[in-house]
Amino acid sequence: MTAIPLKKDPYSIIITGVGGQGNVLASRLLGSMLADKGFYVTIGETFGASQRGGSVMSHLRVSKEGVASPQIPRGRADVIVSLEPVEAFRVLATYGNPDAVLLTNTHPIYPVGVIRGELSYPPLDELQDVISRLLPASYFIDATEQALLLGNAILANIVMLGALGRLNIVSFDRENFHAAIGRRVAADKVAVNLQAFDVGYGMVQV
Amino acid sequence: MSYLIDEGKNVQHLLMGNEAIVRGALEAGINVAAGYPGTPSSEIIESFSQVAKERNLYVEWSTNEKVAVEVAAAASFAGLRSMCVMKQNGVNVASDFLLHLASSGTRGGMLLVSCDDPGALSSVNEGESRLFAQLLEIPLLEPGDFQEAKDIIKWAYELSEEIRNIVMIRSVTRMSHASGNVTYGPLPSDTAARAKFNYHGPLLDPENGPVISMILAAPELQHGPQQEKMKKAAAIFETCPFNTYTGPEAPELLIITSSACSLYSREAVKILGLGKRVGILKLATTWPLPPVFLKKHLAATERILIVEEVAPTLEDHVKVLAAESVQEIGPKLFYGKKSGHLPSVGELNPDLVLAVLSRLCAVPYEAAAGVFATEAKALMEKLAPPRGMIFCPGCPHRASYWSIHNALQLDGRGGFVCGDIGCYVMGILPAGFSTVKTLHAMGSGSGIASGFGKLRQFGMDQPIVSVCGDSTFFHAAMPALANAIHHRSPFTMVILDNRGTAMTGFQPHPGSPINVLGETVPALDIEKICRAMGAKVEASDPFDLEKTREKLGHLLEYAEGAKVLILKQACALSPEKRGRKKYEVTVDETLCRGEDCGCNRLCTRIFGCPGLAWDGEKKVSHIDDIICAGCGVCVDICPAGAILKKEVA
Repeated sequence: MTAIPLKKDPYSIIITGVGGQGNVLASRLLGSMLADKGFYVTIGETFGASQRGGSVMSHLRVSKEGVASPQIPRGRADVIVSLEPVEAFRVLATYGNPDAVLLTNTHPIYPVGVIRGELSYPPLDELQDVISRLLPASYFIDATEQALLLGNAILANIVMLGALGRLNIVSFDRENFHAAIGRRVAADKVAVNLQAFDVGYGMVQV
Repeated sequence: MSYLIDEGKNVQHLLMGNEAIVRGALEAGINVAAGYPGTPSSEIIESFSQVAKERNLYVEWSTNEKVAVEVAAAASFAGLRSMCVMKQNGVNVASDFLLHLASSGTRGGMLLVSCDDPGALSSVNEGESRLFAQLLEIPLLEPGDFQEAKDIIKWAYELSEEIRNIVMIRSVTRMSHASGNVTYGPLPSDTAARAKFNYHGPLLDPENGPVISMILAAPELQHGPQQEKMKKAAAIFETCPFNTYTGPEAPELLIITSSACSLYSREAVKILGLGKRVGILKLATTWPLPPVFLKKHLAATERILIVEEVAPTLEDHVKVLAAESVQEIGPKLFYGKKSGHLPSVGELNPDLVLAVLSRLCAVPYEAAAGVFATEAKALMEKLAPPRGMIFCPGCPHRASYWSIHNALQLDGRGGFVCGDIGCYVMGILPAGFSTVKTLHAMGSGSGIASGFGKLRQFGMDQPIVSVCGDSTFFHAAMPALANAIHHRSPFTMVILDNRGTAMTGFQPHPGSPINVLGETVPALDIEKICRAMGAKVEASDPFDLEKTREKLGHLLEYAEGAKVLILKQACALSPEKRGRKKYEVTVDETLCRGEDCGCNRLCTRIFGCPGLAWDGEKKVSHIDDIICAGCGVCVDICPAGAILKKEVA
């Protein structure tokens, strides 16, 4: 494929989710695919407390000019990829703008307050309505369900990358992904990751 | 082969700041690296260990940061290049030896890498290490991006060998845990190194004499030469290739910045279109400052904004220089933390720099389209429940705190827990049933408990418990336990042994059977050590709630001296457990009495495991199969026996 020109420089992507969802791997994979395409990529990550149920967010900056700030300024995300629906909402309130593209997994991970029965988790259709009204370009897929069919919920991050690939807004493809995943996971795990990528690719219509 | 030792010519990789530091050290021909795990520094030693064999390195996770510096110093004394690595709090631990080392000087190039955590994103404080460079009288370098994080290391080794002293490299979370493109330089073709410690020369011979820091009543013999080294460093810094200026010749505002803040500053200037009005002086050499270079840039402007995180360290140094040079450069207006333009608490970001620049340059700026931002924020507050910190599903700490909390409640004398550093800091939160009531530094929970135990003399009769992890035990809690045993201080030390330095990613410690290089090593037995020290010792599996509470109750009642309870159960995320369920856990909805139980939803409301949730519609508890780790502990907390477990074949 030919490289898709950046609509802005730096072009800003957020990958968000909850600790343990494989957010960091997803951002590194996307980052290395874009670096392979000749872009400068800067990734900022917050994962110190990530394994303890907190929100985890990676900021990716893509540029032809050079290194960018590892933190995206408020209101300036161009793409938001979320592994959890409420997290998508949290991020768009701080970093979103009406032109941003949003892609989210619809499988919820309940915050501790919800588990305890003290807080309520919004119904998915309400969340979907509100998000679609704020951001016309939003896509909702149950990546976790598909990942479970492939044998492991953790593959939801790769399903999401596949779906992002289909949206055709950032320059990467399957071949690109194959090279990047090959550098990050053991050889016997490459096939299932490619499968997850393909499943995600087929989950969105553009 | 690891991408860290790719030998392709001018090859480029996307590296974390920490990995860039490692690649830089490999290109500089490092021989020895030692450290103690701590976010955001841990990947440095881990990355070295991955290439240790190919590059002929000695790498270790030391018992604590002070020992790490000592191990790295030995390599330097024997003529090798070494690095010691830690997070900011670790520099406090190492500071005693560092002060002496800075006085004795070094031989082979030696670097201290401190990774600070402005904003305390994964620390108990945001204390900063830059001030140590001033205290220790050693040079401080701060890389401003990922390429520089690699390139500056070789330059720093040359500096260290030139001035014969340790050089400090300071990174921050947004540098260490951020990633960017890095173009590689060549690796040395010869990895053979020969270590020899020469000590036959005269006492103060820096090349061949003994290496000492002990000049009684004659400080000028060592302290004098040490200060000369700093003057030499300042002179070298005048032409440091990593100090850069971008902007007009005479800017109406000069930003002086370093590290990740230089990236925020650059972005803010670009967004506001101020490139022709505002200059950015990005400093890599932040102590000592190169005076001639600084004065040249100060002279070119009237107004100066210092952009840095946490303490106004750079601001103070620049102001002193400006005051000393006022006749040369004229009076200046300074903006920064002291003027209230930037906060001295928390990390910075592009928005904070945008706000101050917008104000100082009178360029209006609004982050996002007004209506969208207000509406999205209002909806978020309404619809997105906050995500509190919680122990992982299957975490042994939840079970341990459950038993500690219950034992103290049953005891009824107002007992409490002195906390320590690890995931179990969450004992201060409802996640750990709010059992922890003091929390400070590594090992200090047991030291404080030792002190509390001696307050019986003043009528204090509350039972005292301390908690401490297995890595923390070796790091700093052993002296506290020795103190308590020796002074007959009555408290119960609970060692939460989850088989590794879990919070930072399962790094081995002296109790581990395998070291960072994967070699089999003697594992020190915590139980035997405590017994040999003279404590009354019990051990239990924290997943066995009944036995644990019984043992704890017994120890609390036992009035004499220091007692130790070792709770052994591997972390739920440890490689041996991850992804494997011991039990298939289910809730029998016919047995769950829901809101009529009388337990007031003990299982979900209090126990708080992410795998066991309250179903608000059905009004019963249920297991989330994707999240449940299958530890089976919740089976024993349900008074109705509605939670069932079946061993997974």
